[in-house]
Amino acid sequence: MNRYALWKYLIIAVSLLLGLLYTLPNFYGESPAVQISPLRVSASADTTLLQRVEDALKQANIVTDGILLEGNSVKARFVDTDIQIKAKDLLESALGNDYVIALNLLPNSPQWLTNLGALPMYLGLDLRGGVHFMLEVDMDGALEKSLDRYSADIRSTLREHKIPYTGLEKQAKKLILKFRDTESRAKAEAELKSNYPDLGLSEEEIENRYHLIAVIRPEAQIRMQDSAVMQNITTLRNRVNELGVAEPIIQKAGADRVIVQLPGVQDTAKAKDILGRTATLEIRMVDDERDLDAALRGKVPFGTELYEERGGSPLLVKKQVLLTGEHITDAQPGFDKDNQPAVHINLDSSGSRVFKQLTRENVGKRMAILLIEKNQAEVITAPVIREEIGGGRVQISGRMTSMEARDVALLLRAGALAAPMDIIEERTVGPSLGAENIARGFNSTLYGFSAVAIFVIIYYTAFGVISVIALAMNLLLLVGLLSIMQATLTLPGMAALALTVGMAIDANVLINERIRDELRSGASPQLAIHTGFERAFGTIVDSNITTLIAGIALFAFGSGPVKGFAVVLCLGILTSVFTATFVFRGIVNLIYGSRRKLDRVPIGKIWIPKQSLTMSKAISHDEEDVDDDAVNTKKRKIKEQKKESIQPEATQVEAKTEVNSKVDSVAKTKPSERTASKVKSKRKSSDTKQSK
Amino acid sequence: MEFFRFNRDIPFMAWRRLGAVISIVTFILSVFFIATKGLNLGVDFTGGTVLEVSYSQTADLAKIRSALTDLEMSDASVQNFGTSRDVLIRLPIKPGVSSAQLSETVLNALKQADSSVEMKRVEFVGPQVGEELLENGALALLFVSLGIVTYLAIRFEWKFGLAGIIANLHDVVIIVGCFAFFQWEFSLTVLAAILAILGYSVNESVIIFDRIRENFRKMRGASVTRVIDNAITQTMSRTVITHGCTQLVVIAMFLFGGEVLHYFSLALTIGILFGIYSSIMVGSSIIMLLGVKREDLVKLEEKKPLQDDGAVV
Repeated sequence: MNRYALWKYLIIAVSLLLGLLYTLPNFYGESPAVQISPLRVSASADTTLLQRVEDALKQANIVTDGILLEGNSVKARFVDTDIQIKAKDLLESALGNDYVIALNLLPNSPQWLTNLGALPMYLGLDLRGGVHFMLEVDMDGALEKSLDRYSADIRSTLREHKIPYTGLEKQAKKLILKFRDTESRAKAEAELKSNYPDLGLSEEEIENRYHLIAVIRPEAQIRMQDSAVMQNITTLRNRVNELGVAEPIIQKAGADRVIVQLPGVQDTAKAKDILGRTATLEIRMVDDERDLDAALRGKVPFGTELYEERGGSPLLVKKQVLLTGEHITDAQPGFDKDNQPAVHINLDSSGSRVFKQLTRENVGKRMAILLIEKNQAEVITAPVIREEIGGGRVQISGRMTSMEARDVALLLRAGALAAPMDIIEERTVGPSLGAENIARGFNSTLYGFSAVAIFVIIYYTAFGVISVIALAMNLLLLVGLLSIMQATLTLPGMAALALTVGMAIDANVLINERIRDELRSGASPQLAIHTGFERAFGTIVDSNITTLIAGIALFAFGSGPVKGFAVVLCLGILTSVFTATFVFRGIVNLIYGSRRKLDRVPIGKIWIPKQSLTMSKAISHDEEDVDDDAVNTKKRKIKEQKKESIQPEATQVEAKTEVNSKVDSVAKTKPSERTASKVKSKRKSSDTKQSK
Repeated sequence: MEFFRFNRDIPFMAWRRLGAVISIVTFILSVFFIATKGLNLGVDFTGGTVLEVSYSQTADLAKIRSALTDLEMSDASVQNFGTSRDVLIRLPIKPGVSSAQLSETVLNALKQADSSVEMKRVEFVGPQVGEELLENGALALLFVSLGIVTYLAIRFEWKFGLAGIIANLHDVVIIVGCFAFFQWEFSLTVLAAILAILGYSVNESVIIFDRIRENFRKMRGASVTRVIDNAITQTMSRTVITHGCTQLVVIAMFLFGGEVLHYFSLALTIGILFGIYSSIMVGSSIIMLLGVKREDLVKLEEKKPLQDDGAVV
């Protein structure tokens, strides 16, 4: 009855193998590296870049430990951090501004492991050091801004259509338009309704004054909020690229929040500065008449500035600003009527009026769109104006790929933050503390595991050893699983890892205690093992489910480090149920299941209470011919107990006798069963002998 | 080897008056301390800034305090933790001060006072985030409690669900009470520990309830008291061993886990110790109080006849 089919052993073997394989990368450690990735989406890391990096390093006599192309970046590995920093400086000057060059750590695990997707666990910021920011988009500020824009637009619309109004007032989150009569109000309402679908309009009458109240519709507000957050994320991503962070995480959290995680960054002041700065867009005219060559030699003509077009040639730009980025409401990549990649820009009404005039006066000339950040200007694009453009819809096309169109649109949108942002949470962990935290988590697990192992082995002897093996495998599977899932491991996560050890052993204890119970009540060793496992299983599942409920709640409601705790806790519960029931049983079956004559279960000395006196007698009688330590001690104990006199409480006597009689009857049936099985096994063995 | 050798059942249920007194007194004391002393809530919940810095030599706390007073931050708390070289500085939230730049200002001031200072950890939590975390924590507690009640009610009977959750919430209140009494810092990780221990402690109640159900089936003539006493005595050994094993790991965490895991493991320790007591005394007392009957579980038996496959006590 204590045998497993081959496929069950195969499952155990395969899971053990997978566990080992995916845990392995964690032991190799990491080596310093430099990561080179293109700054723009349009450029991609390819073999030419790889070659360039290789050549540059070779020229400077910097020895690498290997260069590889992975994803959209080239990574070069070095022996120590000195060479790494040297290489970073060199590559920065050699490759120019089109690439992000960041310091990174690469796992040292052999290539075949990496090819299998076996990577070390992904360490959280509290273990590797770095900065975590949570930024909140100031939606009220954004709403205010857009109401300002609407009020300017509405004014010009009303003027255009010659609708008389007496005033336009901005109050908290709404615009109030005042009219002298209902007729003009109706006209205005119709006009506004068709022009501004995002505005909700309602009428109001106060003392013979006719008001029209405009608010931004809730659904439009949500859309605005979403696009503001998305736009801010793109902006942040561009800015973070400048910091040279190898694996930045920038993601939306909730409706109006953004999480920025910069592993390895120590200079928080700089990081905050870059994240929080403001950028502006400017539209100016390109001066193609002056002498560009002279400017390149250093004689920049008066009233102009020398810039370089993004990824293009140098040009002279007039200092006079014609339009600023505030008037750009949206920019999207797309295609023009000839199916060429293009960027579509929407301007607000005052912007489009200025733009109309500007294009009318400058047909055939070039204009430049500049991004100004921290007093540094860059020309994003410099298209030629073909005709007068009215209506606020601008299309820039020609001489660009669709990737470039995406880049330009992104820059136009992301140049400035859509809405102001505040840092509402910051967590910075220094690199030394990160390493310390790893040691703390590791030591807690190691010493906790050792203490539990020693105790369990002493208490349960051979079954204790098997329990510890199962527990070790649990840890192995858990670490392997975390490595496969690349779940973020935090210090609380490591605490959960240690705690899992303490909780997982419970299942083994439950099983061992159940087996002892069965033995105590006189079951044969094989039967005791069998029923012990069967009975304990339900309890193990029950008790783990309640912890799992707690783990899920922590995952759902927790944040950051607590989430890491919850993930490890939940996974630990799953692996521990697997190892404690399936693997533990498997090892026991492998060692003891096939023994035809298992005289005793090596699970430590079992003490038999007096209640089961009669039953124990039966056992000892039955196994008289067997020379067995366990049985002998049982006998001795029983004798000792006999000497003691007990005086049970009167109320309990009745019940006790009932139990005893029940036990008695069971015990009576037991031995006969056992002899039968013994005979059976004997017969079997003789059969095999014959067949031999 | 066997720790527990009871020849007959321990009359736990006879002691349940004493248990009730102990429970009620500790419970009231806990509530009293929570109400009067209040919790020393960590920066996670209150909002504010925590800076962990370390010096190459023993840190001069007076010097740090005076440097902070110069910055008009006299309400900052400065204290050692772990070693005498490590210092923890807590700055409360100040309206009007740009909180993001606060840590930089402080660090610069400290660097001027002593250049050997090294930043180890900065945590800034805005007030709105703190409120949310507190809210989410309460929600998580509610979710876990309801989840456990539901599970126990499905698995056993509503009386067991109720008893289990009361026994374990009693533990939670006592842990929180200890944190209030000693004014230990109550942070997000402590909350995580409490929720984990809530789920874990219920295990023990489950094991005892399991036994009670089994005993109801087997000890047909026995009184409810005897059934419960027997169940507790039978499971006593494993309750103590499993909790003891977990406690061994928690001790390792307490010794080697450092600052962050200090209060975490402390909360777990109290939870584990009281968990043993409450699953033995409180949970079972409550099901008796609720008047659990054999019939409550007999229905289950009819649906799912027990396989009488071996010797049982």
